[in-house]
Amino acid sequence: MSTLANTSCANTSLARSWLMRHRWLLLRRLSQLGILGLFLAGPWFGLWIVKGNLTSSLTLDVLPLTDPYVLLQSVLAGQTPYSTALIGAAIVVAFYLLVGGRVFCAWVCPVNAVTDAAAWGRRRLGIKSGRAPDVRTRTWLLVGTLIAAAATSSLAWEWVNPVSMLHRGLIFGLGAGGLLILGIFLYDLLVASRGWCGHLCPMGAFYGLLGRLALPRISANKRSQCDDCMDCFAVCPEPQVIRPALKGHGEVTPIIRSSDCTLCGRCIDVCNKDVFRLAVRYDQRSDT
Amino acid sequence: MADIAPASGARRRFLANMAGAVGGSCLLALGAGLYARQASALPAQALRPPGVKDEAAFLGACIRCGLCVRDCPYNTLKLSALGDAVATGTPYFTARDVPCEMCEDIPCVKACPTGALDKSLTDINQARMGLAALVDHETCLNFLGLRCDVCYRVCPVIDKAISLDSIHNPRSDRHAMLLPTVHSEHCTGCGKCEKSCVLPVAAIKVLPKQLAQGRLPDHYRKGWEEKEKAGGSIIGEQIRLPVRGLEESAK
Repeated sequence: MSTLANTSCANTSLARSWLMRHRWLLLRRLSQLGILGLFLAGPWFGLWIVKGNLTSSLTLDVLPLTDPYVLLQSVLAGQTPYSTALIGAAIVVAFYLLVGGRVFCAWVCPVNAVTDAAAWGRRRLGIKSGRAPDVRTRTWLLVGTLIAAAATSSLAWEWVNPVSMLHRGLIFGLGAGGLLILGIFLYDLLVASRGWCGHLCPMGAFYGLLGRLALPRISANKRSQCDDCMDCFAVCPEPQVIRPALKGHGEVTPIIRSSDCTLCGRCIDVCNKDVFRLAVRYDQRSDT
Repeated sequence: MADIAPASGARRRFLANMAGAVGGSCLLALGAGLYARQASALPAQALRPPGVKDEAAFLGACIRCGLCVRDCPYNTLKLSALGDAVATGTPYFTARDVPCEMCEDIPCVKACPTGALDKSLTDINQARMGLAALVDHETCLNFLGLRCDVCYRVCPVIDKAISLDSIHNPRSDRHAMLLPTVHSEHCTGCGKCEKSCVLPVAAIKVLPKQLAQGRLPDHYRKGWEEKEKAGGSIIGEQIRLPVRGLEESAK
């Protein structure tokens, strides 16, 4: 399938420039690196715009932001956080309720670059081996981590959570955490396609639940143009979300409504027929 | 029967998938939980920042953001990484490397967004990060009869947390030994004594309180304290026999 995708890309690539085929990807990398850069500017260059890390930070000494998933674990562990953390978490929750929880995964989370690299390697090397666990595993794992927090009265998951660990590690020192990240890369590359972000990560599951009613969504509004090249399915980190919108007709909405969609925009990038675009969830316009 | 078969196949697949998902995630969560439990034993050399009352509660309240580390002006605090003996991502310091300078405004506690470092601590002298203990009497220079006194001199709570107690030196039989003595009532556990100990390996060390401090049985009463409280002996005046050479003090 990957060779098929490559050839269909090559045939029509002249029509759309390299920049057009990578603009969302570039924007995303810019966002990920920019956010990481804001955190690193302090310790590296003494430019203290943001202090802390993704689990909790203080921007310009006024704006507190706290990861609601980590704070929820703390509350379940029997703690009553100070208002600073609660306000910080409320701001983050409000933001992701509006823009879509998994925007965090595609635009902020540092692990995304790792698993994207693994997925790219898998496509490039034509690796088909392995089997991904059920997509719902992450939801169960989410439940498991919350129970673990309550049962041990401590943030049990945060001992090993690769997401918070990688971001913290890049700022404060990674230690053996690097091996864990390498493990995720190899797992995604060799064992399970999109295994970590798409199937296991409880943090992604949490943010997915937050994004059920988010405003911005991807729309397959020109779905009649689709020539079944499968490029979007090959590149999408959550390929199960595309089908209902792309293959529906008439009454079926062209909006990708699943909160699993990370709004990464790669489908907009790779589609040579310009089937997809960014829309709001109420936009039902489509050409079929 | 024929129209049931595909449905039951789908159901079987669904059940198998769910069983795999639930089982796998249970295993992962259990693994994380067990690792957490094992790793929650804090090594003796790792001290927590001021404002931590109880290690177990701290592990539930600290969200590992590192804001306390950032606001520590002396780079005392470190965030532990995976593989360190301290719970991943939590702040700690090692007294012998960089002790706590006991800032009066306690910026680390102010920086904590969750209350893992308790903001009700406003006087740094009330902090209890650990407890100093003179663990090795054989190498402590003052115990050898010399006048080192460094741990006593650097103590931010000098004469309260560490005092020099003068006793007769039985070796020379004509000198005094000034023994550094830690008083748990005042020791903040900042670690400056351990940091400054002139020996290649410190004879005085700051340890977590539960390691360093003993406890008397609850029913013990100290006679001299009871006497003080009662304003006189509570078992009647005792006959004091004269001691040769100390006849004066017997009166």
